[in-house]
Amino acid sequence: MPRKTVYTAEIDFLQILDEEGRFDESEGLENGQPILSDEQVAYLYEQMSICRHLDEVAFKLQRSGRMGTYPQNKGQEANAVGSALAMKKGEDWLVSAYRENAALFMHGLPMHNVLVYWMGDERGSKVPDDVLVTPLSVPIGTHMIHAAGIAWGMKLRGDRDRAVITYFGDGATSEGDFHSAMNFSSTLKVPLVVFCQNNQWAISVPREEQMASETVAQKAIAYGMPTIQVDGNDIFAVYKATKEARERAVAGDGPTFIEGVTYRLADHTTADDARRYRSPEEVQAWLDKDPLIRTRKYMVARGFWDDEKQTELEARTKRIVKEVVAAAEGIEKPSTTDFFDHMYAELPEELKRQRDTMRTSSLGQDPSQVGLRAEGQRV
Amino acid sequence: MTTLTHPALDKPYTYPDFDKPLPPREGDRVIQFREALREAMSEEMRRDERVFLMGEEVANYNGAYKVSQGMLDEFGDKRIIDTPISENGFAGMGIAAAMGGLRPIVEFMSWSFSLVAADQILNNAPKMLYMSGAQWGCPIVFRGNNGAGGQLGSTHSWCVEGLYANVPGVKIVIPSNPYDAKGLLKTAILDPDPVFFLESERMLGDKAHVPEEEYYIPFGKARLAREGSDVTLVSFGRPVHFCVEAAEKLAGDEGIEADVLDMRTIRPLDIDAIVESVKKTNRIVVVDQCWPFASIASEVCTQVMERAFDWLDAAPVRVNTADVPTPYAKGLEAAYLPNTERIAAAVTKLAGAR
Repeated sequence: MPRKTVYTAEIDFLQILDEEGRFDESEGLENGQPILSDEQVAYLYEQMSICRHLDEVAFKLQRSGRMGTYPQNKGQEANAVGSALAMKKGEDWLVSAYRENAALFMHGLPMHNVLVYWMGDERGSKVPDDVLVTPLSVPIGTHMIHAAGIAWGMKLRGDRDRAVITYFGDGATSEGDFHSAMNFSSTLKVPLVVFCQNNQWAISVPREEQMASETVAQKAIAYGMPTIQVDGNDIFAVYKATKEARERAVAGDGPTFIEGVTYRLADHTTADDARRYRSPEEVQAWLDKDPLIRTRKYMVARGFWDDEKQTELEARTKRIVKEVVAAAEGIEKPSTTDFFDHMYAELPEELKRQRDTMRTSSLGQDPSQVGLRAEGQRV
Repeated sequence: MTTLTHPALDKPYTYPDFDKPLPPREGDRVIQFREALREAMSEEMRRDERVFLMGEEVANYNGAYKVSQGMLDEFGDKRIIDTPISENGFAGMGIAAAMGGLRPIVEFMSWSFSLVAADQILNNAPKMLYMSGAQWGCPIVFRGNNGAGGQLGSTHSWCVEGLYANVPGVKIVIPSNPYDAKGLLKTAILDPDPVFFLESERMLGDKAHVPEEEYYIPFGKARLAREGSDVTLVSFGRPVHFCVEAAEKLAGDEGIEADVLDMRTIRPLDIDAIVESVKKTNRIVVVDQCWPFASIASEVCTQVMERAFDWLDAAPVRVNTADVPTPYAKGLEAAYLPNTERIAAAVTKLAGAR
């Protein structure tokens, strides 16, 4: 019997706004109008600009010793804002890694939370009750399973018009947790958008060395999951793909995979120096594809943006970030015994003892508990 | 029942009334250990619709070890859930469910398999409350077989308590008998924090009286399994039986009377009960089915020396497994585990020590 083909697949690539600011009407129009209104584009541009400036300031804070390690978002803002706009604020959950700040801000996370967190204060992870984002997740890919679980919960409860989006990098697709989340979410058909920020680098390991597949998007095929690759520096393409994915999710058609092709323009974190492993030419090529530059070109071409508005935005951005830094640095310092808080719903006796005597290295430091008979005490 | 409000819990949390006396341990309603576990889960599932059971083979197959037999029929496939073979996946999904207000029970067919879910159960569940500033709790029970099941080979014979007890934020329960299994598992399901509940394949068929009524055994309260004044034997889980056997043998052969403490929970650890006993007997042997290095036994001995040094007449003694991977061969496995003979020998030697 001759061999036959039992499966073939193709991966679509979607780009609407290219790096020159050219707009593809065949994909980008709906009812004769751009899928993002001018107001929406201006709003996303502002969100990206604020996030970019926050990055720059955070970097300086770190270099001057006022902050711990910080991972810059620079270059990846379009993935964050385009997808966040397509998700429903107050209904959908955002389950993020740590390079989607703008998405979290758009869904209501106070900006200073992120700085407080990276300043090394757990209170940065305390999200206001009405904000549906989970704390930043630094272990790679572990949060993706939580996203699948939250989405599964929505499905079991019969929630309507609700979905979850989870963000992760290309590097996370090497983790077993990625596989677990993909398998569970697709077999259980949960309302999930699986959003890969392919920024080409897992710290110092380039994408080609992380995986043998041509694209990240094709990994979803094995899970029977609809999948697409988009230009992740194009807010229109990101928005459109996420919107379609969300529609599938809330219609009960299960998860969708999106690979947003972008580039980490900055170091992995402030503890990294990317110049040691990648060429200036490569970085320059991606600087030219910067999402902010092309969005601004589009806005100028559409006639609703000019230098004056840009200057005004930059001033506003600076003011906002300054306030955010002040809020982050103004938070009252925690007391040393605070670290016993929230260990358990109720603090166990042993921890109460430790807290009361602040002896954490050895029980023997607490005189009341040293097991020696008092002098003169009969044996 | 007492009520507690906690920011991470969506509804006011209800604690059992632990001051209520427990029902008698003696009686004629004799059931298996696995049935006691099933009864605990079923009672809590009937009481609280947020409780569900998830794991490999738990539903259609009625559980790899028949712990969940019949539960699918009673509770349906929304609450008794078969999963793909992906401990990491369903542990993480369970954590998300707990964060979202449900009360998952996640069954590991064996705790040995929990190692592939290590990040979820050690790096996520026990830290969720802490790292989210008490925004999300993680009221979840992970349960399954722990310890050498009988010639299952080294990779399937893990005693995880020594390794996992090092992690703050978890509670670790390890019952030794059906009565305690029911009362402790019910408490575990109600508990607002992540609980690791360690069963033993070797004990699932053990039979004993288990009251039909509902009862909750508090965490951190050891049970005095046998009373004596010459030496304190401390253990938890399956080796408690070996301690009692050894104590009976020692009483008959040597006239040595041992206190046997069944710790029931490792975190929290009822160190006060141990210290109280040591102050009476002045000698302690800790029997632990983990490897000796940095084990629970090591921790107990350290705390006893810190808190009751002057009351000790001899150095504390540990009876652990041998410090090697669990042997596959039958005779070797038996020799490797703590057993009645090794415990009795340790006590005899200690009794002669000055």
